[in-house]
Amino acid sequence: MKLILSILYIVCTFLCKNVLSFALLLLSAVLLLLISRIPPRIVLRSLRALLFVMLFTAVLNLLFTKGETELFAFWRIHVYVEGVYSAVFMLVRIMVLILSTSLFLTYTTTPIALTDAIESLLSPLRVVHLPVHEFAMMMTIALRFIPTLMEETDKIMNAQKARGVDFSSGGLIKRAKALIPILIPLFISAFRRADELAMAMECRCYRGGKGRTKMRVSHLHASDFVALLMMVLFGAAVLYLNRLGLFYTL
Amino acid sequence: MTMNDIYIHAKNLVYAYREEDGLKMPVLHGISLDIKRGEYVAVLGHNGSGKSTFAKLLNMILEPESGELVVAGRDLCSPELTEDDLFALRREVGMVFQNPDNQLVATIVEEDVAFGPENLGVPPAEIRKRVDEALETVGMTAYARHEPHRLSGGQKQRIAIAGVLAMRPSCVILDEATAMLDPVGRREVIETVERLNREAGMTVITITHYMNEAARADRVVVIDDGRILMDGTPREVFSQPEKLMAAGLDVPQCTALVHALSEEGISLKGTPITTEECADLICRALEEKKNGNRNA
Ligand SMILES: Nc1ncnc2c1ncn2[C@@H]1O[C@H](COP(=O)(O)OP(=O)(O)OP(=O)(O)O)[C@@H](O)[C@H]1O
Ligand SMILES: [Mg+2]
Repeated sequence: MKLILSILYIVCTFLCKNVLSFALLLLSAVLLLLISRIPPRIVLRSLRALLFVMLFTAVLNLLFTKGETELFAFWRIHVYVEGVYSAVFMLVRIMVLILSTSLFLTYTTTPIALTDAIESLLSPLRVVHLPVHEFAMMMTIALRFIPTLMEETDKIMNAQKARGVDFSSGGLIKRAKALIPILIPLFISAFRRADELAMAMECRCYRGGKGRTKMRVSHLHASDFVALLMMVLFGAAVLYLNRLGLFYTL
Repeated sequence: MTMNDIYIHAKNLVYAYREEDGLKMPVLHGISLDIKRGEYVAVLGHNGSGKSTFAKLLNMILEPESGELVVAGRDLCSPELTEDDLFALRREVGMVFQNPDNQLVATIVEEDVAFGPENLGVPPAEIRKRVDEALETVGMTAYARHEPHRLSGGQKQRIAIAGVLAMRPSCVILDEATAMLDPVGRREVIETVERLNREAGMTVITITHYMNEAARADRVVVIDDGRILMDGTPREVFSQPEKLMAAGLDVPQCTALVHALSEEGISLKGTPITTEECADLICRALEEKKNGNRNA
C-alpha cells in the first residue's frame, strides 16, 4: 500500500510544472516529514549523499535549456532565464523525490515488508508465468547478504594488503587492476555461501512459492484508504495549479 | 525395545559422490547404526571421514546408494517416496550447519525463524505463536526484531536452532554447529540443545570435533573413513585412547592425563570424562595413598 502511495507521489512530483504547484509540493514534503517524526539530521544526511547528483543535474539543466530571454552569456555558454527556472525546479524535484522515497520506504518500512509489498503488487503477473515469488525471495536474500559481503570485502582487502597489494596509489587503471585480487576471492566465497544457503533452505522445506504462507499478512486499514484519497486530491491539486500557468511553465 | 523406539535405523548404508568425470568416490562404506528416540548422540571423526555425508543422508539432502535407512518411520530407500514424504521428513529432522552466516535467510530475526513454517504452509496466527515459542526456547525473545548480521555467532546459531524448532521437529542434527564459535557461544548453543533433549525429549545428533562436547552426550559414535569404528557411552569410547588416536582423534584432556599417569605406573581406577570427575578421582587416589602410608 505504501508502495502504491509512494509511486503516486513520485508521479505527482514529475507532474508539477509551475511555481504554485512546486510550492504545494514542497509544503507537502515538509508536512510529511513533520508527521513522520524522523530526526532531521538523518534526512539531511541522506540528502547530502546525493548532493553531487543533484548539483550535477541542476548545472546541466542550467546550461542546456534554451529559452528566449537570455540572462547572460559567457564565452560560448548562454544562460537563459528558463534554464535557471528548470534548474531550480529540477533541484526541488530531486530533493522531494529523495525525501519522499526515503520517508515512505526506507525509514518507516522494514525490508521484509517492502519485498512483501513488491511481491503482492506484482502477483497479477504470475498469471503470465513470471517468477514473482522467486524475485521477491532474491531481493530478500540480497538484502540479507549485503552487510555480510561488505564485511567480507573488508576482510579480503585487509588480507590482500597484508600480502602487499597496494590499493591506494597509481592511476585509475592501476587501481582498477588492484581490485581483481579482491573480486575473485569475493566471488568464490559468495558462490560457496550460495551453495550452503541453498542447502540450508532446502533443509527448512523450501520449495518455492508453492503452498507457502506468510507470518505477517498486511491488512488494509481505513487509514490506508484515507491516505490514498488524500494522494489523489493532492495529484488533482497539482494538475489544477499547473493549468493556472502562472509565472513560468515548463 | 520395540520398533517404535528406534528413530534412525541404518544398515550397510553406502554412499558415493559422483565426480565430474563420472567416477564414483565412495565415502560411506556400510554404516550400520540404530539411534533411539530421545537419544543424545555425538558423532566424532577426522576431517573427511564422512560425518557430514551421513548427516545429509538422514534428511534426504543426499540419497543413499545402497543399504537400508529408516528415519522416523519412513523408509528412505523405498522407490515410492514422494516429494511430500520428503518434506514431512525434513520437517521432522532439522539441521543446523557450521557457518551461522550461511543459513539465515531473512533480514529480521523473527522473519527468519518464520521461514520454515511459512514453507510448510502453516496459517499466519499459528506461525506467530510458533516463532514466539521458538525464540523463547532459545532465549532470544529480546532479539526478535534485530538484524541477524548484528548478532554474535552464538546468537546466530541459536536463531538457526529456533528456525528449526519452529517447524516442530522430533530430531535436531547439528553439523559442527559450534565449530566457528568462541567458548561462550559454544556453551550457549550446547546448553540450548541439551535442554531440548532433556525437557522436550528431542533426539539430538551432534557432529563435533570438541571432545568435551562429545563427553556430555549419552552416546558417542566414531566414524573413521566411512565406517563405524566405535560406538558406546563416552566412558567406553574414551577409555580406548589408542584406538581414538589411530582414527586421528584426541581424547578429552583429563582422560589423556589419567591415561598418561597410568603409563607412568600410577594407575587410577576408572576413566574420567569431565574435569570434575578427574579432579575427584585424583583426590581420592591421593587420600587412599595417604591412608595406606599411615597404615603401613
Ligand atoms: N559435494 C561433494 N562432491 C564430492 N566429494 C565430496 C563432496 N562433499 C564431500 N566430499 C568428499 O567426501 C568425503 C567426506 O566428506 P564429509 O563432508 O562427509 O566429511 P566430514 O567428516 O564431514 O569432514 P569435516 O570434519 O571436515 O566436516 C571427503 O573426502 C570429501 O572430499
Ligand atoms: Mg563436515
